[in-house]
Amino acid sequence: MKEFKGRVLAGGEWRGEAVVSRQGVNTLATFQKSALKNAKQVIVSDQNNADIYGKNITGKALCLPITIGSTTGGLVIQTVCAMKIAPAAFLFSEHIDSLAASGIVLARIWENSDVIAIDQLGEDFLASVNTGDIISVRQDGTVIIE
Amino acid sequence: MEYKMKLTDEQKAILNGAKGETMAKVMETVVMFGDIFGAEKLIPVTHKDGHLVTSFGIALMKPLFSTMDKLIEAGIKTEGKFSVDPRPLDYANVKCNLLEKIAFHVMYKKQADYEEQLDKVGLRDRDSFTCTCYLDEVGNIPKKGDILSWAESSAVVYANSVLGARCNRNSGMLDLFGSIVGYVPYFGLVTDEGRKAKWKVIVKTTEKPEAQILGSAIGMKVMEDVPYVIGLDKFIGTELTDDAKAYLKDFGAATASNGAVGLYHIDNLTPEAREQGEALILPDAKEYIIDDAELERVYNSYPVMWKNKEAKPNLCFIGCPHLSYKQLCDWTDNIEKALEAAGRKKVAVRTIMTTSPQVKNKFMETGYYTRLMRTGVKLTSICPLMYTNNPMTKGRAIVTNSNKLRTYSIARYYKDEEILDVLSGKEVR
Repeated sequence: MKEFKGRVLAGGEWRGEAVVSRQGVNTLATFQKSALKNAKQVIVSDQNNADIYGKNITGKALCLPITIGSTTGGLVIQTVCAMKIAPAAFLFSEHIDSLAASGIVLARIWENSDVIAIDQLGEDFLASVNTGDIISVRQDGTVIIE
Repeated sequence: MEYKMKLTDEQKAILNGAKGETMAKVMETVVMFGDIFGAEKLIPVTHKDGHLVTSFGIALMKPLFSTMDKLIEAGIKTEGKFSVDPRPLDYANVKCNLLEKIAFHVMYKKQADYEEQLDKVGLRDRDSFTCTCYLDEVGNIPKKGDILSWAESSAVVYANSVLGARCNRNSGMLDLFGSIVGYVPYFGLVTDEGRKAKWKVIVKTTEKPEAQILGSAIGMKVMEDVPYVIGLDKFIGTELTDDAKAYLKDFGAATASNGAVGLYHIDNLTPEAREQGEALILPDAKEYIIDDAELERVYNSYPVMWKNKEAKPNLCFIGCPHLSYKQLCDWTDNIEKALEAAGRKKVAVRTIMTTSPQVKNKFMETGYYTRLMRTGVKLTSICPLMYTNNPMTKGRAIVTNSNKLRTYSIARYYKDEEILDVLSGKEVR
């Protein structure tokens, strides 16, 4: 069991499975195929991200350094939150980037989304967590890899 | 709401509903966003004409349309007039089969409604659909030091780097909200400190690097940091000529899509690098050396996403970001030469070039247009990415010289010279 503490951007209590990208997650490339198909789950469609390509991230904790890519990113996050197919939690090892931050804020204010977002969990977090690990998230920003 | 930044009385009043509930929510979004980055205050947007990334009426983007409806109901408009990214469709120049048309009809069925919404909120005019709003012909051109509320990653990185304006990598909606309230949070790329380079990139190639591969390499390496690039002026000069600007447009788009670069400095060329030189590089900056082998490594790392990996190309897109006037003229010359050398009159593969409506109009008044049309190439102002989003197009073997399009679609990237080989019917790898 390993415990990490990050900054709470959008808090909540949650327990579930992690999906881990050790490289920046390209939001548009990741979500676009599933969103365009109006799918019930997000199967990652980013061909450049071998860590998560083809994986189902709906309702899971997406562990990542930051998001990258097109500035549609925030709106894409807002949309998948509104569609209820977003990850349950975004767990950033670094300081959140401007596009992901936009998405989290838009989802909270305009969609009343309960998506969890914690940043600055540290490099060790991203090095320690693996896809398939069960993790717990606490209201105060504590993340436990069980 | 609770917030940490210092707001003026006017800003507080808006937040507290003095201009209505919807305007309060717009302000709340901007403030909460700024708080995440520790912004101490909001600063005025000085270049009032915005640029929005969201130009497409994809039916599933319900949050976008409902927010626009709320803004319109509340009578809210932007302070200036904004441009917006390219439209998705142009059946006259980008022909589609019946199945593709049916899919497009379903995908973009909200396009006309959305364009009406854009009109009501502050769209400049119905020709303002391009990702290259900053080109002279289009005319949404900020001055050095201007504060912007723009999105579209390739436009933001160009405005910051080549024009010396100041803009964060805003997301869709935040671009619009900043243009509505007239303020953006003071953090990141709008601050002096945020414009310092965390990476020193040294170009040691033996010839001019392909802009789109160099940008891709740097984007993948530095992610969202600011790179200071040394050694590129040797190849593209020390003046912002039309050629240099076109190079930087394509280079920047690749840094922003393959990574998350919002600003780069090119030694001896871009405005801040010319003024401050290597003083822009932070003392603990990391170093990245790019030589021929590194560019080749990056180029060879791109996966081929075609259904049939051995297929022959059957569609080519050139112009993501939209081509400049000079690029259109150069491509016309180069395609003619390549076809002549191959003994052909028409391109061997269906080819579509994309440019802004304004550049297209200018180009159409010249002899170049007739020459280009004679080669069989089509010219349009759509966004190729929005074409490739159509699931019915996934079986096509699409090629492109755009690293951005490669990133977001199944299109296969080729260097400019290889594209000419494809168009003249030669075998390529």
